[in-house]
Formats: sequence, structure tokens, C-alpha cells
Amino acid sequence: MTDEKKNSAHLSRRQALMMMGAAGAALMTPMAIGRDKAFAANADATGQLVLAFSQEPTVFNPLMPHIEVDEGVYYAVYDTLFDFDPDGEFFPILAAEVPTVANGGISADGLSWKLKLKEGVTWHDGTPFTAEDVKFSLELTVDPDFRSFRSTGYKLMQDITVVSDTELTWTMSEPFAPMAAILASTYIVPKHVFDGAADKNATILNTAPIGTGPFKFKNRMAGDHIELEANADYHMDGPFLKTLIIKYVPDLNVMYTQFKSGDIDVIGLQYITPDHLAEAETLDGKVVKVAGTATFESIGLNMTRPQFQDKAVRQALYLAIDKTSIIDALYYGVPTPTETYMPQQSFYYNDSLPKHEFSIDKANAMLDEAGWEKGSDGIRVKDGVRLSFSNSTTAGNHLREQAQQFIQQTFAMIGVEMTIKNFPPAVMWGDYWMNSEFDSVVVGLNTLAGADPDTSDYFMSTMSPALGGSGQNTFAYQNPKVDELLTKGAQNFVPEERKAIYQEMQAVMREDLPFLPMFQYAVVKGWKDDVTGPTPNVNNRIDTWNVRDWART
Amino acid sequence: MARYLLSRLGQSLILLLIVSFIGFAVLTLAPGGPLSQFALSPGMTQEQIDKIASQMGLDRPVVVQYFDWLSHLVIGDWGTSYRDGQSVLHVIGSHLFATLLLMGTATVISVTLGSSIGIYSALRRGGAFDYTMTVFAMVALSIPTFWFGLIAIYIFSLNLGWLPAGNMYTVGDGSVLDYVRHLIMPATVLALVDVAIWSRYMRTSTLNVVNQDFVRTAKAKGLTGRRVLLKHIVGNSLVPMITLAGLQLPMVLGGALVTETVFTWPGMGRLFLDSLGYSDYPVVMGLLMASAVLVLVGNLLADITVALIDPRIRLD
Repeated sequence: MTDEKKNSAHLSRRQALMMMGAAGAALMTPMAIGRDKAFAANADATGQLVLAFSQEPTVFNPLMPHIEVDEGVYYAVYDTLFDFDPDGEFFPILAAEVPTVANGGISADGLSWKLKLKEGVTWHDGTPFTAEDVKFSLELTVDPDFRSFRSTGYKLMQDITVVSDTELTWTMSEPFAPMAAILASTYIVPKHVFDGAADKNATILNTAPIGTGPFKFKNRMAGDHIELEANADYHMDGPFLKTLIIKYVPDLNVMYTQFKSGDIDVIGLQYITPDHLAEAETLDGKVVKVAGTATFESIGLNMTRPQFQDKAVRQALYLAIDKTSIIDALYYGVPTPTETYMPQQSFYYNDSLPKHEFSIDKANAMLDEAGWEKGSDGIRVKDGVRLSFSNSTTAGNHLREQAQQFIQQTFAMIGVEMTIKNFPPAVMWGDYWMNSEFDSVVVGLNTLAGADPDTSDYFMSTMSPALGGSGQNTFAYQNPKVDELLTKGAQNFVPEERKAIYQEMQAVMREDLPFLPMFQYAVVKGWKDDVTGPTPNVNNRIDTWNVRDWART
Repeated sequence: MARYLLSRLGQSLILLLIVSFIGFAVLTLAPGGPLSQFALSPGMTQEQIDKIASQMGLDRPVVVQYFDWLSHLVIGDWGTSYRDGQSVLHVIGSHLFATLLLMGTATVISVTLGSSIGIYSALRRGGAFDYTMTVFAMVALSIPTFWFGLIAIYIFSLNLGWLPAGNMYTVGDGSVLDYVRHLIMPATVLALVDVAIWSRYMRTSTLNVVNQDFVRTAKAKGLTGRRVLLKHIVGNSLVPMITLAGLQLPMVLGGALVTETVFTWPGMGRLFLDSLGYSDYPVVMGLLMASAVLVLVGNLLADITVALIDPRIRLD
């Protein structure tokens, strides 16, 4: 199914509709559902849908620093070159095809890239979209005068050359396999909006964004909602909704109540709280689904602390966590236990890692054998190091605080003293976290960029701010084998080969335990049963990744 | 009077300066900051955060940042929100209507209803009505607004389906009737507590007046009960209420955080909390200064009004 075919079908149908007149259009409307372009003329978008988030989207230039809910708007208003589907496979959006080594888009050494774009795409203001816009967007991410969200990957791109309106090339200063995944989350902005702008941080994109996406930005009521309307000239299937309302509901109980009362059609981030799951599943006229996310919960250890130098200690601590009880009793059984940082839906997930076991006896035996002996106060000591440390997390996160207390008790049973030292979010995740000032933490992390398995920022020894690096390796984890695998994986462009590399890495880390993996988060999503389209996708940060397909029946 | 106003103005300016300095210092010295929310974003590095901080001028000493902010404020530039890049005055202005609508309605309900209940209770002191209203006031003051709001939603939206569960209007509708339907629950919930407060104050104030000599004189010279009530009692017992109303003014514009949250009302209270959560310093400072000005103006207006209607009080 090429886009040329789609476009011609689209045009002829629109012409036909014009001839048939409005009555004809109304009759055809019910057919405008599904992905079949032949029946899915964009002019048929009908109905309104209210999607709620518990945080307010406020940043509308997608290349500036933003949070997840902002991306909820980006997927509607802007387009990326290509994106990941739920299976982790790329599909083209603005690109005519996704560049790979196989199709010649990426050279075998990973250094030369060639990108072909779709023809006939226009911005919401009618200006044609060209390769110049792509070049501009990519260069804006490393512009010193621009407040750019991210420069990882982009700063390796050199000589970005516009070959024609629909083709551009560039070279990479070093092979970097995650680049494709980074591009999959790079929203392309219109160059012409920045022409003559004195301050690139203050353009019309901040208040009235212009994209190529399925929906046009109509207006925003600050603190309340954003109204988007169908882009009749969209270059892909859809949109099938005339109006999309992104509603801000600051409280999760209130959000659930409005979902029950029908004021909200689709409940978005932060979703239905697990304590409401049982009730939500019995609601009439609603679809409720538990979906895994890419975030995993773990007890992160500060590997520079003397208490955690001995692998036997880390393994014994892992044995002394009653994971099942925590998941079932505190989290209503919603999350899935895990042994790794890799989401279980990922192509790169290693499903043969040793399964966790809760055994106080084995943990005690392991510590005895490793020579950690109990002192007079019952706390184990070896070579002057007491097995006593603090554990920190976000104060006010009740579930985590209860999990901490539970773990504190089972740790005490193996002669380990864990004190609890929690902070408000701004303190906890500021320097205290970034500069590894903690002993141990309870943290939920997504270490992946989209569906790419590279996690160098988090696990490479050179990426720890506490050790003089500049990444997010806040566990200060140093393992030459992991460094080697990460380097190898980032330079390999063949998915099957990369799979072997990253599965080995997961096995090494399961043995090493720089963090004690607890569970992979899952969320409880819900929508009215007349809504079609919402599809969980672990490879994207937010629900609206396929909002172009959403419809009401 | 002019001299009095001038000296009040001078005092107010000094007070505002102190408020601004303390506010700014507390905000910026608190741990975290506007960029900490990005720390857990995939692919974010400390290097990138440092770079953004320097571009936003957040790496400068607090004192420099304060005087930079102050020098702009003096010439009427309130700054730009870190959150959405809009000017602070625009951000505040865009929440003003919602706040005025909700708080205005609730205040009208609570003042009229509260005062009436207060006066009536005082006149029939110890009666069944007074007793009932005293109990009502105690209950209303004790119930958390959050709980009361949710219960109201549970009954009137989920079970009876009479009223919407929240929001200011239905997107795509927005008729007057639509606004009214959405306004009923939040305004009532909000007014409930204020009715209790106003009725208690009014009752006490009326009781003070009722026992005054001039009321006895008025009755003795044969005036009808109605005339005594309207001309002598109500007028005099309202005087202390003016001061209360003056204190209420900043509340009206400050919004009602809890009610706004429960009913997803896009008012000033939410704006303040959200801006605080994101460490959006310019907006928080803007709101702080605006409410400080309102407190001062409210007090001043109350003092002047009281002086105007009560000849015993003179402003010098």
C-alpha cells in the first residue's frame, strides 16, 4: 500500500463527494471507519472525543523541554518522520520509507544516511512541507541559541544536505544505532515560522502550533483544555474525529469520577488508579484494559557505597524482597514482576533470566557464607562495614512508602538495617539523585529511548555524574563487560545481532544486580465502548501515538 | 484624608517590596527548580539541563535574578511563564474570568444568605431556627470541602444525573444555561462554608447592636419593629462586616484551590498550585504580588468605607 495510491483514492473520493453534495456525504459517513483508505476520506471526520490527562500540556514547541502530556498534543498536531508500532516495528509517517541498511537508507558502516520524504504534504497553514523543514528541525536541536530538549544523537549528525524537496542526506561522526529511535520521537517543525524570528524560543509555535499532523490546533483554555480540529488535508488515513478535546483534570479521583459519569471519553495519563480497577471493570459501556509500560520499578543501589561492593550482599538483598506480596497487596496485582530493565513487550527482552525467589533462609545462608557476621545489635558486619544504609524515594508516594516499610522488615530478618529517608520530588530527583548522594532508592525508570534497546546513558560507566560523567548512570554502575556490550550494540544496525548483545547484557546485570528489579509498571487504561483506536504501545511515551486512527462508532 | 492616603501608599510600597523579596528568596532557594521535572525524561543529561539553565538565566546568583525581575516589574513587565511562554499578565488574565464567575457567585450567595441567617438568628436568639443554624454552621465548618464536593458529585451527577460532574462548560456548547448548570454545584459547595462564617459573624454583630441603648430608645419612641430592624439594627451591625468583606476581596480573586480541583474549574487557585509545582517563578511571583496588592487594597477600601459611613471613625 503505497501512499501515491492512497492519495489518488483520497482525491477522487473528495471530488466525488463534492459532486454528490452534502446529503451524499452524510450517507457515506458511517463507512469512514478503519484503516482502509478507499473508504476513509478525511473530510468525513465526525464527532467529538474528550481525552483527559492529569497534568496540563503547556509546551507546544515539541523541540523545547517538555513533559509526557505535552507529547499527547504533539502526536495530534505534529508528525515525526516515522514511528514505532506496538510490536516495535517502524512505520513511515513523513518519510516515504524508513531508512535501513537493507533498503540502502543507511550505509553498512552506519555513517551515511539517506532519507526520502512523502510528496504533497502541507503544513496546517497551507505552506508545502519540504526537506528544508526536516533539515531545519534537526539543526535546531543543536542550535546554541535554542532551548533544546535533547542533543544526544543529533550532535553526531553532520553535513545535513537537502538533495531535493523530498530527499536529504547526512553523515554521522560515529555509528550510532539508536539514532533511528531518536528520529522516531523527533517532531518536525515548520521552518518558515522561524524565518526572521528574533528569539527562536518565542515563536508562534508556543501559543498556536502549526504542524503537519492529523489535527489542527484550534484554541486553548489555560488550566482547562485544548481544542483540536480535524485536518481535512492530512496525508495519511484519518483523522476520523471532527474535534479532539485534551482536557486537564488535576486529581485522579476526580478524573475517574468524570470517566464514570461520562464527561471523559478516554482516560489518559495517569489513568485509573489500581484501587479502582475492580470497580472499573464492572462499569457499563466502558472498556478497561491493563497495559504494560516501559517503566520498571527497582531498588537502585549506589554502587560507590562500601555496603554494596560484595555481590553476595546484593543477591541476598534481592532474595529478601517479598515481591509477590508487594505487587499483590499494595499494587492490586496490576504490575508484572520483572528481572530486568527491558520491557517484556520489547523485541530485545530476555525471557530466560533466572526467576526471583523470596527466601529469608537462603539470603541468611548466603551472607553467612560470604563472611558477614551479626554484631551484638543483630546487624551484620564484615571488615568494619555494617550492613546498614538508607533508602529514599518521593515523599508522599504512599504505595512506595508502604513497600519501603515492608522491605525494611524483611531486610531486618537477614540482619540488614535499612532506614527510610524520603524527600519531596524536587529534592529527591534533583542533585540528590543526579549526583548519587543516596545510599539506595526506590525508583521507577524508563531507560529506553522509544523501542531502541540502547541504555548507555543509564548503565555505561562513563555516564555517571558522581564519577565525573554526564549521563544518568546514577547507580554509578561500572562493569567493563556491560560497557563493551553497550558500545557494540550502539554500533550495530542489524536487529537480530543486537538482540543477542542486549540479551547477554540483561543476563550480566541480572547476576550483578546494581539495582534489584521489582516489577514492570502497568497502567489501567479506559475508554467508552463506542471509541475505537486507542491501542497500548509500550514503545511510545503517551496514548495519542495513533490518534489519527481514533474514531467513534 | 489625602495625607492619610499618601502615608498608606508609602507603607504599602515598602510592604510590597519586603513581600517580593521574601517571596522570591523562598521560591528560588527552595530545592528543585523549574528544570527538575525533566530529570527523569528519557535521554536527559545533566549537561543538557545545565545548558538550558544557563539559557534561561537560572544559573545567575539569586540576588541578580531578583533585581532583574524587580527592574522589569517596575516598568510594567511582569515576565514570561516558564511553563507556556506566555506573558504573566496574560496567564493571570486568562484565569480571571473563571475565578470571578465562581467566587463572585459563591460570595453573593454566602453574603446574602449568611447575613440574613445571622440577623434572623440573632433576633430569635435561642429559638429553634437559631439552634438549627448553629448546628448547621458547626457541621459546615467541619466538613472538608473536598469530601463534600465529591459527595455532591456522587449524588447529583453519578446517581441522579441532574448536574455535570465538573468543568466550567461543555466544549461546543457554552450557552448561559450550560454555564449555570456547571456553576450550581461548585458555587454551592464553596458558599456552604462561607455562609456558615458570615452567619456566625453577622449573628454576633447583630447581638451586639440589639442590646445597645439606641435600639432601646428607638423602640421606646414607638418605631415599628421593621423600621428599627432596617434602619437601626442592620445598618449598624453591617459595619464590622465591611472589614470582613475587605479581607474577603483577595480571596475572591485568589480562587478556591480545593473546589477548583474537585470540579476541574480552571481558576486562580489551580494556577497557583500548578505554577508552584512546576517552579514557574514568574507566574508564582506575579500571583504573589497581585494578591499582596489586593490584601492592601481590600484593607484600605474597608477602612475608608467604614470611615465614610461611621462618623465616629476618622482617618488621620
